[in-house]
Amino acid sequence: MRMDLIQPFINSADAVLAQGLQSPTSIENLSMEEEAYRRKGIAAEVCLTGEIEGRVIFDLDPETAGRVANQFAGAELPESADLVRETVCELANQIIGNAVTALNDQGFHFRVHPPTLHTSETGTKSSEDTEALVMCFNTSHGNVFMNVALRYNRRRASEHAAIAG
Amino acid sequence: MEQFAPVKRSEDGQPVRYLIVDDSVFARKNLARMVESFGGQVAGEAGDGVTAIGEYDRLSPDIVLMDITMPQMEGIEAAEKIVRDHPNARIVMVSSVGYQENIVAALQRGARHFVQKPVKPEVLYEVIKYVMRDDAASAQGAGAGA
Repeated sequence: MRMDLIQPFINSADAVLAQGLQSPTSIENLSMEEEAYRRKGIAAEVCLTGEIEGRVIFDLDPETAGRVANQFAGAELPESADLVRETVCELANQIIGNAVTALNDQGFHFRVHPPTLHTSETGTKSSEDTEALVMCFNTSHGNVFMNVALRYNRRRASEHAAIAG
Repeated sequence: MEQFAPVKRSEDGQPVRYLIVDDSVFARKNLARMVESFGGQVAGEAGDGVTAIGEYDRLSPDIVLMDITMPQMEGIEAAEKIVRDHPNARIVMVSSVGYQENIVAALQRGARHFVQKPVKPEVLYEVIKYVMRDDAASAQGAGAGA
């Protein structure tokens, strides 16, 4: 997996979490995963199609999601499973949106689909060219896991270049 | 949350009425809290572009805060349709996807401004003031030229 595709997601997660939670974050763990993704808590999945294809999953345990929701809202929110799910999806949306902005400005063109809740215990197994990078962001409100499985779609890129040319 | 001087409608001094469009309830609630801290009123909310068009027709809000990536109909298309029917509609795009292509597309289709998520209240406040002032200035300019 190309690191230039991944780095914007790491930068964006770091920036959005640090700004939203008003405290610095650090990456506690970073590993490559070829096995199917195993959900740890409440997970939101965002799919990308186009010159870059794949998916990014954000995963928080419910307690962390509740604390993050309160911090992002700037108020103590009533406990609610819906709210926790919403928070994880919106967090994913903001992090991925900012990463996509950086990638698009580098010349990559692709479409981002709205976040969906990842409800199955395990995800699809990564193929050879979409092995996943898994990282754990340690924040003042708990751990946030990000699982990125992306590949560069050469066929789409060459089609795009032909149209542009 | 920080306190802001209320932004009022120039024509009658009434609170600015907002339509908030975002598929995330969490994002809508956050934006609602922000605009209320600016002295505004939430006239309505919508979770997708199709609903937003109907709600705009029904509510005639002063400002629409419109997300881009949404199910059914995305925000840029919804903004275009609203502005086509209501050329004076003030639409501010609020999205985490802030690349130049998207911003230009939104502005070309009639959006007045673009704010990138995560939204900082002080940034949104300045944009709202700018968009509302822009209209007051246009009205004064038109009056002066008449």
